[in-house]
Amino acid sequence: MIEILTLYAQALATPENGWWLFLTLAGILAIAIPVLIGMAMLTWFERKILGWMHLRHGPMYVGPFGLLQPFADAIKLMTKELFLPAKANTLMFVLAPMMVFVPALLAWAVIPLGPAPYFGTNMVVADINLGVLYILAVSSLGVYGILLAGWASNSKYPFLGAVRSGAQMVSYEVSLGLIVLSVILLAGSMNLTAIVNAQQGLWFFIPAFPAFVMFLISILAECNRHPFDLPEAEAELVAGYNTEYSSMGFGMFFLGEYIAMITMSAFTVLLFLGGWLPPLNIAPFTYIPGVFWFAGKVLLILFFMVWVRGTLPRYRYDQLMRLGWKVFLPLSLAWLVLTAVVVKVWGNLA
Amino acid sequence: MIPDLLFLLFSAGILAGGALVAVGKNPMVGILGMLLAFLNASGLFILLGAEFLGLLIIMVYVGAVAVMFLFVLMTIDIDFAALREGWANYLPVGVLTVGGLATLLILAVQGQNFNLGTPVAPELLGAEAPQNIVALGQVLFTQYAVPFQVAGLLLLVAMVGAIGLTHRPRTDIKRQDVGQQVNRKRTEAMVLTNPKTGQGAFPDHWVGKGVKKGQK
Repeated sequence: MIEILTLYAQALATPENGWWLFLTLAGILAIAIPVLIGMAMLTWFERKILGWMHLRHGPMYVGPFGLLQPFADAIKLMTKELFLPAKANTLMFVLAPMMVFVPALLAWAVIPLGPAPYFGTNMVVADINLGVLYILAVSSLGVYGILLAGWASNSKYPFLGAVRSGAQMVSYEVSLGLIVLSVILLAGSMNLTAIVNAQQGLWFFIPAFPAFVMFLISILAECNRHPFDLPEAEAELVAGYNTEYSSMGFGMFFLGEYIAMITMSAFTVLLFLGGWLPPLNIAPFTYIPGVFWFAGKVLLILFFMVWVRGTLPRYRYDQLMRLGWKVFLPLSLAWLVLTAVVVKVWGNLA
Repeated sequence: MIPDLLFLLFSAGILAGGALVAVGKNPMVGILGMLLAFLNASGLFILLGAEFLGLLIIMVYVGAVAVMFLFVLMTIDIDFAALREGWANYLPVGVLTVGGLATLLILAVQGQNFNLGTPVAPELLGAEAPQNIVALGQVLFTQYAVPFQVAGLLLLVAMVGAIGLTHRPRTDIKRQDVGQQVNRKRTEAMVLTNPKTGQGAFPDHWVGKGVKKGQK
């Protein structure tokens, strides 16, 4: 066994393989680090917007305009004591936050950011044909971390939060998948780059407006965001699945939730808002590189999520379930059938 | 070279996951082992070029089936130590099952009985190969259309059966009827009274719906 492994190691240690490894790692870091920084800035963005909606200032003391507040928060979280409850299952208690954080970041492997300025190459780590399916598959993994966290904490509020969260994420994944299928029909491809290119003439949120609205609401539920943040409803469940977590364990849940927000916003932008395409394909708009259009649209969706949080009260659990199963599931199924008929008769938009 | 190494990694992962399921004392560890096995199996599928199947395994088995298992395990209260008692009684059946499966596997690895030596059709490999989903769709909706529909019907029957077995109409709970709430008129919902100072609203003002303004 060991001889075989040494043999493999020797054969793998060639300059080409080393270079390949280096390039791959560099590609991964080039997408992961901006996402992590974006996540940090998103917390600032959210607090600032909420502050303004409440007629407050939001964070304003750490750095200019409070911009360094997220980093101060991160340092505070990292230096806090990691607390393990005595009756908790230690292995799963430690594993759970990682199982939330890692899948959230994994989805970014297939998200294309548009042509690179000056080079024109498509900025994506892996431009796979089944990008849409990959994102759906990876985003369905995040529920495990939350379920395990609730169970491993061995405490009633986290447990209730985890059960709620599991039911909620599984329910909304169904209608989310059906809506995504209708978009795939419109574009005639599962490749995210191809889907964006199919929107050259018409962004899909115009022909598929009902699907767009349902998708926006579903991603709120999928990310456990207000008004569907029942898993962590602080008024009834203390903090839901992360009640027993402190320090970076809590930080990882936080990271996972906010990265999932950015991921889902980017997914919405790619499916409905034309990705990196400018609103009109004429001179002043085309001067701005696509990646800035992409980031701007993602910010727009993120603003929507924060706006909803500042505006709407929390849904009750049975209302959430009814909306998912009795309203969104039939509606998205009907929309899928309608789209399929239209695409069959008039052809897709690609 | 790298695919070989990945194959070793994934198959080791499946074995480790299976071992966890079999020997894990805690059923939650067993579920985690099952997850590990599913994820690695999906890795193997992707390695073989069947990326659609691989991702589907993650979506269906990991994203839905295993979540249900986890749900059930989390919410039921079973003394698993008690269930373990008397495991020796099942030993013969277990040995038989494992032995049969092992024989099958050994025969499959030997290869002569399963025609494993036949290479994959060359047009299905390489750059010109049609996309996975395209190829699948072409056979699924033409050659295998009927079996596909029958499989769907089977799933529907299973679903109807499950609901029919477990559903019972409940009259002891209050349900929200959104349509009723939205259609509620002002006249049904409130009564305007005009009581005299110091007297208060008349005591039964909430009983009759058609109470007129100022009526006593």
